[in-house]
Amino acid sequence: MNTKRTLLKTVAAAALATMAMGNAFAADITGAGATFPFPVYAKWAEAYKKETGTGLNYQSIGSSGGLKQIRAKTVTFGASDAPVSGADLEKDGMIQFPAIIGGTVPVINLDGFKPGELRVTGPVLADMFLGNITKWNDAKLVALNPGKALPDASITIVHRADGSGTTFNWTDYLTAVSKDWADKVGKGAAVKWPAASSVGGKGNEGVAANVNRVKGALGYVEYAYVKKNKMNFMQLQNADGKYVSPDDTAFAAAAASADWFSVPGMGISMVNAKGAASWPVSTASFILMYKQPEDKVASAEALKFFDWAFKSGKQMAADLDYVALPDSLTDQIRSKVWSQIAK
Amino acid sequence: MSVGTTMNSQPVSLETGSASMVSIARRQRLQDVFFHRITQSFSLLVLVALMGIIVSLFINAWPAFQKFGVNFIWYVEWDIINEEFGAAIAIVGTLASAGIALLIAVPLAFGIALFLTETCPAWLRRPLGTAVELLAAVPSIIYGMFGLFVFAPLFADYAQVPLQNVLGGMPLIGFLFGGSTNGFGILAAGIVLAFMVLPFVAAVMRDVFEIVPPILRESAYGLGCTTWEVVRKIVLPYTQKGVVGGVMLGLGRALGETMAVTFVIGNANRMPTSLFSPGTSIASTLANEFGEAADFHISALFALGFLLFVITFIVLGLAKWMLVRAEKAKGL
Repeated sequence: MNTKRTLLKTVAAAALATMAMGNAFAADITGAGATFPFPVYAKWAEAYKKETGTGLNYQSIGSSGGLKQIRAKTVTFGASDAPVSGADLEKDGMIQFPAIIGGTVPVINLDGFKPGELRVTGPVLADMFLGNITKWNDAKLVALNPGKALPDASITIVHRADGSGTTFNWTDYLTAVSKDWADKVGKGAAVKWPAASSVGGKGNEGVAANVNRVKGALGYVEYAYVKKNKMNFMQLQNADGKYVSPDDTAFAAAAASADWFSVPGMGISMVNAKGAASWPVSTASFILMYKQPEDKVASAEALKFFDWAFKSGKQMAADLDYVALPDSLTDQIRSKVWSQIAK
Repeated sequence: MSVGTTMNSQPVSLETGSASMVSIARRQRLQDVFFHRITQSFSLLVLVALMGIIVSLFINAWPAFQKFGVNFIWYVEWDIINEEFGAAIAIVGTLASAGIALLIAVPLAFGIALFLTETCPAWLRRPLGTAVELLAAVPSIIYGMFGLFVFAPLFADYAQVPLQNVLGGMPLIGFLFGGSTNGFGILAAGIVLAFMVLPFVAAVMRDVFEIVPPILRESAYGLGCTTWEVVRKIVLPYTQKGVVGGVMLGLGRALGETMAVTFVIGNANRMPTSLFSPGTSIASTLANEFGEAADFHISALFALGFLLFVITFIVLGLAKWMLVRAEKAKGL
């Protein structure tokens, strides 16, 4: 009996010791939040673990979930697609910086048109999502696409059924370009979709599946899903009046034209960005951290990870159709934002 | 009650038995008490869990009930940005899709169960019965994917469009077939749900039909009854309780089904105006919106969950009440 007990004690002590040692040598960085950047964070984490031995445990539970987790201090960093306001950051004692850039794209299902062949302006797009334009051969669409044989088909609007940062970005854009939309609907992670024909799909993949299935459908998905599902999309007119197709360079152009430090917490909205080559629905995904972290070691580890990602993660981001931040911007993030975190 | 009687009978054995018998009896009595307490605590656990769920749902839902009051139940609005919430849209979607599912599934299940127990050749009985049971084991997400990728396109082209052409212009019922024909909607969800609950209802019905004593059945046949008369006058009255139980099991599954409905109902927070219009159900709203909900939205979602609980409770209660009334009418 006694020997048994001693044995148990030894085993327990050994287990505890290993756990403690594990903590000391490879403290995993913990983060939670937005689903949109999850693929690229996961890829970075994998490569970072190989290089340094430090892992990243990122739970893609959604932007508002990420905010809740960082406010409850259960994670080292939170991630959100919608930026937190400067006042809220001040109140919580947090800093915020963009980590990755992507774009949201209007996707369609119409036979006989190549991707990007059809063009649309922001206000007309808003009219379609409002349900004011219900047919593909509406006079406003015909006027934008002279010479194209637009069919007499009903438009089915496909939107996200779940709350999401993608919806926030999309409605943020529609709010910026259409007063009608701003008055009637507004922007948010989930809104009250006004078009009588609208149906919801769960997640980017749900929207993509519904658009690909319903003839005459119009929806919006992250750019990566456009490529993955080989979807048909529309060219969109940007703030400079130019029609652009969504791709990495168009997202990067929008990021370059943005004045990041004009708003406290870098929480600028990149929608309808200026610049001839800018994609108008480009968006950044943000990271939130405490200025006075409870666990300074973990906080420093997280910063090390992002520092490495900004330096070495560009190609990995590009492979997944995201756009990494330009060096000029990451230098400023290091000097102006990260410097506020107590080490 | 039973414990009491065993305890009363103990002293007799104590007086007549030898010392070893006494110890055995004592041990057995302890075992009995122990066993009784253990099983009792197991069943109490269910009650505790049930109460815990109700209470926590209600506490979390309280802010919504406080703001909207009883109006929450029939308020037709679900506006997350302006924090205006009402349950009417989701309740209508839930009840309509579950109702359609039962309308389709119950007659079919009844036919399947009758065929399997009354007229099916013996060699076919086993494989058919197993197939029905296997259908019940298919996870609901599979039904959802089947619904979205296979059923909905076919349904749009070969059911919605012809139905709208033929019935859409008719007075009184024409409005039921209006709206867009894209394969989504209340009716599509109801039909997919019918596929889902069919095996449950059919399996239960078959099992209860089988317990009808052969002597009753054979006597009826001996008197010259047709198969239908045997079913109508012997099998159904004998198995009424089980049949209603099977239907309720199906209804319960249809009311609470989440994934399969989410895939095909259209997830639109608008009051459906026709069988083809997209809507939403309570369960699918919860599944879709919980992840990104905050503050007041969360409490509105909890309120929806609480209402689903209440609806299920009312439905089960009604079924029980109907059974009791039917038995009274029969003088049992």
